[in-house]
Amino acid sequence: MAYFDAASAEPLHPAARQALLAALEDGWADPARLHREGRRARLLLDEARERTAAMLGCRPDELSFTGSGTQACQLAVLGAVTARQSAARGPGHVVVSAVEHSSVLNAAGWLERGGTAVTVTGVDRAGRADLAGLTAAIGRERTVLACLQAANQEVGTLQPAAEAARACQAAGVPLLVDAAAMTGRLPVPAGWSLLTASAHKWGGPPGVGVLAVRKGTRWRAPLPAGDREAGRSPGFPDVPAIVAAAAALAAFEEEREAREPALRALSDRIRSALPQLVPDCAVHGDPAASLPHIVTFSCLYIDGEALVTELDKAGFSVSSGSACVADSQQPSHVLEAMGVLTHGNVRLSLPRDASQEAVEGFLLALPTIVTRLRDTVTGAASGSQEVTA
Amino acid sequence: MTLRPQQPASAAGASGPASAPAPLVTIDALGKKCPIPIIMLAERIREVPVGQTIAVLADDPAARTDVPAWCMMKSQEYVTATNLETGWSFVVRRSY
Repeated sequence: MAYFDAASAEPLHPAARQALLAALEDGWADPARLHREGRRARLLLDEARERTAAMLGCRPDELSFTGSGTQACQLAVLGAVTARQSAARGPGHVVVSAVEHSSVLNAAGWLERGGTAVTVTGVDRAGRADLAGLTAAIGRERTVLACLQAANQEVGTLQPAAEAARACQAAGVPLLVDAAAMTGRLPVPAGWSLLTASAHKWGGPPGVGVLAVRKGTRWRAPLPAGDREAGRSPGFPDVPAIVAAAAALAAFEEEREAREPALRALSDRIRSALPQLVPDCAVHGDPAASLPHIVTFSCLYIDGEALVTELDKAGFSVSSGSACVADSQQPSHVLEAMGVLTHGNVRLSLPRDASQEAVEGFLLALPTIVTRLRDTVTGAASGSQEVTA
Repeated sequence: MTLRPQQPASAAGASGPASAPAPLVTIDALGKKCPIPIIMLAERIREVPVGQTIAVLADDPAARTDVPAWCMMKSQEYVTATNLETGWSFVVRRSY
């Protein structure tokens, strides 16, 4: 049995569990109140904010906690654009890479329906953003925001976010760097105007997102404004979960130097073994510039949903960007933008305690499952002719 | 907002369907989900001689990515895609 879906949710870190239980005792009250219980919650929240801000390289007053990574992205995109376009100035122009998280793309699509112009810039076959295309796109008049993730959540490819930040700075355009996939694993690239992240990707609890707005970056609440979280995120914050998220990030960062090389060695082992073990298998991304824990591949002639189901039966929990598995009839927009095979797709994302044994077990089980599924699906297509053209 | 910003240069196809000779074989994979259209293509490409073309009609959106991706993996030549009323016609040239 092995859980290989850390990019969806890293299992809760023991440090987070401990902090969560303690904070449920001490941090349940309203941190906006002046009584002792409120002050205690406030103290915990302030400490969590300071720790998190220090680890993300920003000031505490630049950082707000949100209800999820998705909400952080929505608020980042909509708030930055709301601040820079108005009835008088007219609609602006937003640039997004084609492989951003769906929360960023959906926010851009939402703006577009309201009249904002949106340019989607491409990626290469490894999923790396076209920096020249992005730089050209931000040169367009009335560009109010550019969005480029730190690393891709589906194939692990690192993005040229620091280079994009320099180009944006030169053009006077704010840059949103969605660091959800990278936070706690590699240092977050410098130069961002807005930064987003999500605690359950680093072993924190679900339901905690992070939105940082760099001082001097214009941002206006796109929703009815509240007074929580510097007016950036509505509602009573989940103080115990936020405390747990900060504790998990501290522990995850502390263990990084020991953990990530080990995960990278396991990823390299999978990458090099797959083409030998499974014929007609394409491994995606760029091993030389990728997150240490993600390996994504596609097997020709197999239905992705069937592959995920069979792997689950064999004790391996993975995710897939193939259509149907990805919550829709559409395949993953990331694989599409890269132009790589979308069916038979598997994303392995190794959790912090991934073992060599589990990886070898997976490599032992996969070829048999692939062969069996190919026999089944080929038979269903048209008799039993062999497919090896 | 289209999420298909740039087709790979090879996908544009120097020869449009109007000037190119008609494919020798046309596979009807309309209504079939990937990977079925790709399996049908792999099975039937040997029905055309090397250098000739075969067409696949498909309406699963995944085929727009998977037909060219299959061509790249199997070193076949992806020639062009044209819109049909529903779906697309993908033309592939047998390279070997």
